[in-house]
Amino acid sequence: MAETAVQEKEPLFGKKERKLLTDPLDSNNPVTVQVLGICSALAVTTLTFKALVMSVAVVFVCGFAALITSLLRNMIPSQVRMIVQLVIIAGLVTIVELSLKALNYPVYKDLSVFIGLIITNCIVMGRLEAFSLANKPWRSFLDGIGNGLGYGLILIIIAVIREIFGKGTLMAGSPFGQFNIIGASNETMSYMINTAAEGSWFSWYTNNGLMVLPASSMFIIGIIIWVQRSWNKELVDIS
Amino acid sequence: MHSTRYIYTFVLIMTTVVAVVLAGMNTFLKPIHQANEAVFNKRAVLKSVKGTAAVDALSDEEVVAEFKNVTQMVVNMNGDTFNPEQVKAARNFKDKPGMAEDLDLAKEKKKDEKDRLHPLYVFDNGGKKTYVTAVRGSGLWDEIWGYIALDADKNTIVGTSFDHKGETPGLGAEIKDNPTFPLSFVGKKIRNTKGEFVSVLVKKGGADKTNLHAVDGISGATVTCDGVTEMLERGLKYYEPALAKK
Repeated sequence: MAETAVQEKEPLFGKKERKLLTDPLDSNNPVTVQVLGICSALAVTTLTFKALVMSVAVVFVCGFAALITSLLRNMIPSQVRMIVQLVIIAGLVTIVELSLKALNYPVYKDLSVFIGLIITNCIVMGRLEAFSLANKPWRSFLDGIGNGLGYGLILIIIAVIREIFGKGTLMAGSPFGQFNIIGASNETMSYMINTAAEGSWFSWYTNNGLMVLPASSMFIIGIIIWVQRSWNKELVDIS
Repeated sequence: MHSTRYIYTFVLIMTTVVAVVLAGMNTFLKPIHQANEAVFNKRAVLKSVKGTAAVDALSDEEVVAEFKNVTQMVVNMNGDTFNPEQVKAARNFKDKPGMAEDLDLAKEKKKDEKDRLHPLYVFDNGGKKTYVTAVRGSGLWDEIWGYIALDADKNTIVGTSFDHKGETPGLGAEIKDNPTFPLSFVGKKIRNTKGEFVSVLVKKGGADKTNLHAVDGISGATVTCDGVTEMLERGLKYYEPALAKK
């Protein structure tokens, strides 16, 4: 294999390395551009804290799976490379699951199968196949982290919108406490709604039930893709 | 191309390494997992008596301390009481003391009705007793369960808490997420004026406020609500003989 030859001059954070980290955040985003990992984006985005935990888990799994695969890339027999990748990912996911169960049991219960389903998240396997098998460990690690962050970024944007409009709160269920933003969950607003005369403007907001349903994240992803493409013209595919 | 022997060796070494790491980690973290799970279950029981918000504000240590004042009983559908030693023997517990909280209710539900063991928690609040019963049934997608707290008259509901495995967020999951649903049971009675067991109905389309045996259903979650109705009727009935003996 060609890349085993040692190349001179490979900075830790050169232009290429930075690009590996930032590209997946925008012009090569795994969710909005490659449209991968949609299943979990629908399921775990009802609460911001859940989405945050899920994102951290995916960043960890993606980064370290890429690092390990890249370290082993010259040893992995190509006939069984997919199975080997799967073992690496599954091992890391189980580590995340066991740690989360010890650190925050209620969130572990809430995320239930979705932590386990990171194994089947196409983003992780896709990056291992496309990048880590042919690149050096440090770069693969950055690529993995970058893609995890790109996924997490979209997840958190969706979750913030869904939680504010669906429940009126932000970061509910987190150990840092929750913020009550709008509607009846906000004490000041609740007071105003309850005391305001019928039809006054204070009573305008009730929690939007659609936002709690999985379908809403489909709409939000669609809108995010639209917004992203309207400022990043490179992504617009004219054919 | 690698030889077949190389592939076998590689895969064997790799899976062994992963297995050892994971097994080690699991053994190391198991005590923490069990402690977390125990506190989680204790919180669910406490919520039926004290309400969700009050219990969420308690720390794990406070929950454990609070639970020390609770009398834990294990009963069956005939009203027989089991002591921890009998429970331990009946369920082959090795590292659990055989208290009511140690019962795996999902496993109990799979057993024959006659063989099932049910936990009964008795809260003593200055001589005034509250009985917490555990019920378990099926929602739309998967299991639902809850704790129903009954007043000293063993008839009036003073609080409930529900949980589920996989109900739809915003619809069936509202039994847990919507704080008004568990509260709507407060003050309802499980027996009619003649003293006959009638349970509480979760009524589609809304219940009459004066009706002591029905609460409002959740729009869009008819199957889950029917599941709650069925679970209450069947589940509370198991406790009838045990409660009558108290």
